[in-house]
Amino acid sequence: MKKFLSLFLVLAVLMMAFAAVSADDFKVGVILVHDENSGYDQAHIEGVLGAAERLGLSADQIIFKYNIPESEECTDSAVDLAEQGCQLIISDSYGHQAYMMEAAREYPDVHFIAATGDTAWKEGLDNVSNMFPHTFESRFVSGVVAGMKLKELMDAGTVTDPHIGYVGAYPYAEVVSGYTGFFLGIRSIVPEAYMDVQYTNSWYDPNAEAAAAEALIARGCVIIGQHADSTGAPSAIQAAQDKGTTVYSVGYNIDMRAVAPTAALTSAQNCWVELYTPMIEMAMKGEDMPTDYSVGYAHDGVQISELGESCAEGTAEAVEAAIAAIKDGSLQVFDTSTFTMGGEPVTSWFALDTDGDWVPDSEEAISDGYFHESEVISAPYFSIRIDGITELTNE
Amino acid sequence: MEKKEPLFRITKRGAIPWWASLGIRLIGLLIALILCAFIIFGITKLNPLKVYAAMWDGALGTNRRMWVTIRDTMMMLCIGLGLAPAFKMKFWNIGAEGQVLVGGIAAAACMLYLPKTMPNWLALVIMFCASALAGAIWGFFPGFCKAMINTNETLFTLMMNYIAIRLTAYFVAKWENPYGSNTVGIINSQSRFGWFPKVFDQQYGLNVILVLVLTIFIYVYLKYTKHGFEIAVVGDSENTARYCAMDVKKVIIRTMMLSGAICGIAGFLAVAGAGHTISTDTAGGRGFTTIIVAWMSKFNSFIMAAVSAFLVFLEKGAMQIASQYQLSDYISNVVKGIILIFLLGSEFFVNFTVKIRGSRKSEVTK
Repeated sequence: MKKFLSLFLVLAVLMMAFAAVSADDFKVGVILVHDENSGYDQAHIEGVLGAAERLGLSADQIIFKYNIPESEECTDSAVDLAEQGCQLIISDSYGHQAYMMEAAREYPDVHFIAATGDTAWKEGLDNVSNMFPHTFESRFVSGVVAGMKLKELMDAGTVTDPHIGYVGAYPYAEVVSGYTGFFLGIRSIVPEAYMDVQYTNSWYDPNAEAAAAEALIARGCVIIGQHADSTGAPSAIQAAQDKGTTVYSVGYNIDMRAVAPTAALTSAQNCWVELYTPMIEMAMKGEDMPTDYSVGYAHDGVQISELGESCAEGTAEAVEAAIAAIKDGSLQVFDTSTFTMGGEPVTSWFALDTDGDWVPDSEEAISDGYFHESEVISAPYFSIRIDGITELTNE
Repeated sequence: MEKKEPLFRITKRGAIPWWASLGIRLIGLLIALILCAFIIFGITKLNPLKVYAAMWDGALGTNRRMWVTIRDTMMMLCIGLGLAPAFKMKFWNIGAEGQVLVGGIAAAACMLYLPKTMPNWLALVIMFCASALAGAIWGFFPGFCKAMINTNETLFTLMMNYIAIRLTAYFVAKWENPYGSNTVGIINSQSRFGWFPKVFDQQYGLNVILVLVLTIFIYVYLKYTKHGFEIAVVGDSENTARYCAMDVKKVIIRTMMLSGAICGIAGFLAVAGAGHTISTDTAGGRGFTTIIVAWMSKFNSFIMAAVSAFLVFLEKGAMQIASQYQLSDYISNVVKGIILIFLLGSEFFVNFTVKIRGSRKSEVTK
């Protein structure tokens, strides 16, 4: 009996050792467009490290490359990571995508994930993936927070004109999808709200974002959302509020209360760890990787940051109800009965552009009464300019 | 009256042998490395020797890394070669960044619009000429205004950079792919039309050949041709040049166009030979960094190659230590900065000598 037990123990130890060896050999390379000082990249760093911890990978199995521009340096870095023995290589910026594909062509046995990218489906490579959380869902919920505040201000008579502002980076689908989700969240509370969008033409430009926020405040906007990565807009909004203007901020990525203690209501956030964990796990097990991976509230892929002190009474309950409804499917963010385009309901919209003219022409996105965002591919493709939102053009 | 001799006196030195000046620079480098070692250990508690080994590894550790280092060295050297003629004429061309960008725009335009049925070598020849021409035009304006109405070339070329950057932004918006993304993406990624072919089975072989030919050309041009002599004379004294019946205006405009053309070719290298795209970062600040290169090497093409290689080595090494030791870029940039300061500082000791009081018999009479 003793012999049997010791044999069993030896075998068990050996098996654990084997399992550990295969996990020990696994390396993940991560290419970051900035470093930990940028909120966007910090979220990715935390996501990868969090996933590594859950999966039992040690810190030295993750190789980070910081401050990699969206140029051939990205291909160089990806190839270098492959040469260092990484079996999975991740990039965090949209602009890295084309360069990742170059490296993927060179290293067919290594898997490449271009996070936030949108071309994996048409590259004809089976070692590339894109991934993107359902940010439109957290945008909607942050819109509910903004809507509650707007309603409170209007009920109190402080505000009579439900004018919303939004600082956007670039006029393309990711931003359009985000601001529309945010706007529909507000309108689920205050149906007469309308919104102006001011673009900065940069993902990260604190001065331009502050200037855009100031321009929107001057136009009379009382709540300003954002899809740009700096704290420029919330800081400017806090400054305006300190001077006595009634205006509040809804941020993105990072909790803005540090720079806008009384102006910040909440921020829409992505929980990258919930996307990285399954993807890294699949790569470790050598399973087939999906070309596109996208999850939302149902899998904790998105969230909003803690509510700010200025939030209206009852906000927490409204937020909880909205999240529950999104989770059980009874609420669809892009329910076609909640918006119109040119005064008409939208009944058909394509998700993909297959012939390269930038007009979507394939894969019907609208069915069952709602727009199926991030289901055909992971990156957002909702590009309908709905009624009630005006894009302000520069100059 | 008693005149007190200062503790330190600085006097200009005459010419010193090349081994002495090299020695001074090496001592400067050594002191910089020792100082950095203390800083690295003080801040990060890492073994500085290991950190230096990582820098070496990052720049030259693998075949691929070595070629990337070579490619970037060639790019920097090419811009340096462009600056050399202008600088030798004491025409401060701060506009390399813009000249590289317009060259890059021209190359990218060719990649997009030339008929794809054309043989690749012909396309590359056309792209080469188009980029050189675009750079030459960018160099012509400041050269012309300097020659005709004596405008300040430093400001003029600097301002031309911003025009070039805005122009690049315009073309990026025009050619953006995918729509709204504000990037051009990789041009012709399937057909590889307008890309440098592999030479000797090396992706960047052509970059090396092209720039080495240019290096020899500029060396000979500046040292052994009539044009080169005219540049030197105009640089030292315009009046002397005029006295010698040189057409100063012609020399200024011609040299500035040459300078711009070579920087334009650097743009061609960046687009066709490396990035295969165009963005406002295509020049990536190298137009400014290279001013250090041209200056430290006294416009000698071959020394310029060594200095470029050293700067790129530092850059790649800094990237590697940031990645390997999870250090922020700041610490690696601190190392880079200290080494550069000491190297520039050694120029002082090459040109001047410091005498300490009492080291020689006082010449002051009582």
